[in-house]
Amino acid sequence: MMGLARVRLGFVAALLGLAISGCANKPAPLYQWEGYQRQVYEYMVGDGTTPAEQLTTLQTLAEKARAGDAALPPGFRAHVGLLHLKLGQNEDARRAFEAEKASFPESSQYMEFLLKRMKGEQS
Amino acid sequence: MTRQLSVKKNACSSETHQPQNVERLVRMATLVAITTVFLGACATPQNIDYMAFKSSSPTSMLILPPVNDSPDIKATPGVMATATLPLAEAGYYVLPVSLAEETFKQNGMTTPTDIHQLATTKLREIFGADAAVYIRVKEYGTQYLVFGSDTRVTVEARIVDLRNGQQIWAGSATASSTEGNSNNDGIVGMLVKAVVNQIVNTVTDASYKYAGIANQRLLGAPIKNGILYGPRSPNYQKD
Repeated sequence: MMGLARVRLGFVAALLGLAISGCANKPAPLYQWEGYQRQVYEYMVGDGTTPAEQLTTLQTLAEKARAGDAALPPGFRAHVGLLHLKLGQNEDARRAFEAEKASFPESSQYMEFLLKRMKGEQS
Repeated sequence: MTRQLSVKKNACSSETHQPQNVERLVRMATLVAITTVFLGACATPQNIDYMAFKSSSPTSMLILPPVNDSPDIKATPGVMATATLPLAEAGYYVLPVSLAEETFKQNGMTTPTDIHQLATTKLREIFGADAAVYIRVKEYGTQYLVFGSDTRVTVEARIVDLRNGQQIWAGSATASSTEGNSNNDGIVGMLVKAVVNQIVNTVTDASYKYAGIANQRLLGAPIKNGILYGPRSPNYQKD
């Protein structure tokens, strides 16, 4: 009787193990998302916090990511650049677009497009 | 006398034993079934044709402002702001949605419907993305029912290769606040929950939360019939 119970327990454990290992290849997140999407949403809805407040929040989130050695998501730096543009801080915006390009070469063409536009507006 | 008794005892014990065995068997079968469901949820059986997706093999995606079929004007920003995460975590570079929207605006394109009509060559020229994601919001918002409310977001998407204009994937997904809500609380319990749910769901912009869940089911990986992993994922080309 004891033996049977033990076998059954072993079977249950094996099944559970199988179920868990089936999901085990789920990788850790590639990026730190905390709060970022909400800030993008607030910017796009535009009836809550101001761009200056959003920028402060994002800078805090970026520092947190740096401290935790976590990667910022695609578009984070570029979105920060957009907020700088809205606040008339063009030099900061330019640096942010350059940073997006350096972190994600896939963004090069669009970042170049934006940087060229900014130059055109300045001259 | 004693013999009779023992016979009786035996009969009795065998009567109670049989149902116990059946019960055990049923329990075992249930366990196996549950495990199968668990395993099924993790696997990605490929029922749809991934030929075009694989030959396109995009590295970057441009999310266009979603067309909104719902009455809620926050559907477009809500879905657009939460579509980046699943695609980026699946291994793609996703162009900044806020900046892309701004670029469209500066070029006189303000409605998602107009933007969805733009030539793929033009999109490729400006944004340099390999593919564009065309999203349509079918449902977005809270419906008030007699006993409770249903906050529901339903989204559809097509992914188009911007280098040749070919569609490489399409899918749809839903998320709802009624999932997992049990109705075992009795009439009064349901009524109480209804009031609480109505307050909570309207005040905290609940649809936004369900937009995130719906997008994860639509554009995340690995999901049955979902998108393939992109080059920035450790699972790239393993699916």
